Amino acid sequence: MWFRRLLAFFALLVPLVLLAIAAFLVFYAWPAIHYNGLDFLWRDTWNIGNQYANPVQRHGETVMPGAQFGILFLVAGTLGSALIALLFAFPLGLGAALFLSEAVPHRFGHFVSFFVELLAGIPSVVFGLWGIVFLIPFLSHHVFPILARIFHFIPFLARPIGSGYGLLTSSLVLCLMIVPFITATLRDALRSQSTEMREAGISLGATRFEVATRILLPGQKTALAGATMLAFGRALGETMAVLMVSGNALNYLPHNVYSPISTMAAFIVAQLDSALADPTGMAVRSLAEIAVLLLVISLITNGIARFLIGMLKEHTL
Amino acid sequence: MSQATRDLPPRPSSGWIRYRRIKSAIGWFLAGTALVALSVAMVQILLYVFLKGFHSLSPKILVENTVGVGGGLKNAILGTALLSGSAMILSALVGVAAGLYLSEFGEGRLGTLTRFLSDVLVGVPSIVLGFVGYVTLTVWLRWRFSLAAGAITLAVLMLPYIVRSTELALRRVASGIRESAYALGCRDHQVVFKVLLKAAAPGIGTGILLALAISAGETAPLLYTAGWSNYSWSGHLIHEPVAYLTYVIWSFIGEPFHSAHALAYVAAFLITFMILLINLLARFLIASSPHSNR
Repeated sequence: MWFRRLLAFFALLVPLVLLAIAAFLVFYAWPAIHYNGLDFLWRDTWNIGNQYANPVQRHGETVMPGAQFGILFLVAGTLGSALIALLFAFPLGLGAALFLSEAVPHRFGHFVSFFVELLAGIPSVVFGLWGIVFLIPFLSHHVFPILARIFHFIPFLARPIGSGYGLLTSSLVLCLMIVPFITATLRDALRSQSTEMREAGISLGATRFEVATRILLPGQKTALAGATMLAFGRALGETMAVLMVSGNALNYLPHNVYSPISTMAAFIVAQLDSALADPTGMAVRSLAEIAVLLLVISLITNGIARFLIGMLKEHTL
Repeated sequence: MSQATRDLPPRPSSGWIRYRRIKSAIGWFLAGTALVALSVAMVQILLYVFLKGFHSLSPKILVENTVGVGGGLKNAILGTALLSGSAMILSALVGVAAGLYLSEFGEGRLGTLTRFLSDVLVGVPSIVLGFVGYVTLTVWLRWRFSLAAGAITLAVLMLPYIVRSTELALRRVASGIRESAYALGCRDHQVVFKVLLKAAAPGIGTGILLALAISAGETAPLLYTAGWSNYSWSGHLIHEPVAYLTYVIWSFIGEPFHSAHALAYVAAFLITFMILLINLLARFLIASSPHSNR
């Protein structure tokens, strides 16, 4: 029995770590949550105040004069980049999974998806490096001018095209990082379906494409939704790659897809140094409030995804 | 027209069939294009990193410490190995034990809770872990930028991966083996150490290696816990910042110096190469295991 208790103690550490992180973050961010109020999400000024003045009392908290914390521009950047990334990643991932599972010989499909899964392991910061030295020059010199000329009548795609660091670039990098999730999960789910289903479809006179999209795919809707949700959650919380290619906008709402942005996760890295300059600590506590929000977002997206996937089967990682 | 034939669907015309075939062909073309686009982008990234890195690679870089924005990467290579290695040891000790509990005794409420929360922990953005590590370990415990703070933060990041992969590996061990061991009079710990861990070792090892690969590529959790140092680690667990490869990539590519860019490329090459190697090793381990029933 002692052995079971010992193992139970270690198992208990996992929930304890997560609860400790959540409790600690909320406790630490509490003065900021109190000071910033609900406006935190709707205001688009992040101003740590006049660092050369004496601290003042406002709303019962000690802050530097003029300090105001709002993250509307971060909410816009985070949601915008993740949604556009998903807009690209979903059809790409779906198409690639269908092709790998149903159109090519099993061995070849296995080999290619092994390759795709390996690439999912490329570190975020390497994607960022590639973004800076290859993707951004390429997009801003060759792709964005053409895109802006063709779609000049659509306000969100029209000029100015900026420097290449921005919303669309971040989305493209994020898309490449999250596609392997969707492809790998969906391909496994499609492959797990019985051959009889395919044979029955073919014998009814359906083409292979119709079998794939009308018979096999509908059965895997929940797997697809779960994988997409996980990928979305990952895109929302991605830090380094976005930090490197987003342009790190401050207090700036994107005007078009080429505008510089910043996301909640990237902002914590970008601003921690300057937030530490605030002697009252309110700036760091406001960053903690952003971390709390990220935690809540990941809880929601993962909760939904696990619920969807859990409905299907005892899932793998 | 009789009753029977009216209930049958109309016989498809050859035009209708042709229309469907063309639609299918277009569908496959689009799906194939998606795969090709994806593969081209992925191969491009890998080739770019490998060519750029290989071009700047020299023996000098591997054996010298960083000096300003030049010099070598010895300190960072050692630091990455130290940080990820010690995080792996910490995390594997806790994670394998927790995975054992989940697979063998985890049908109760604690098991369900642990399983769900470890799945949630996988999704927590790594910068959140880094921020908490900074405020608690670096500032509150006054460890400052240090190996201990970085390794513990990384260990938390790796933990849920190891827990779940250990559980899955153990679940694949046939229950007959457990029953035979218990029938021979083994106690819990004997069953675990002499039977289960041996049978599931390749699966557990694969999980630990994959977690190691993930941790080696992380930057955000280390920025404010491990810091950066131009020197190789001198043996202090706390109060001494540690260099690591991913920091070089992020920080040095923004410097306006050729030597800094060269270091960033080499660091990217080394870390990507290492991670791919660990991944391959992990797959090889699971594929070559005699007990694998994949």
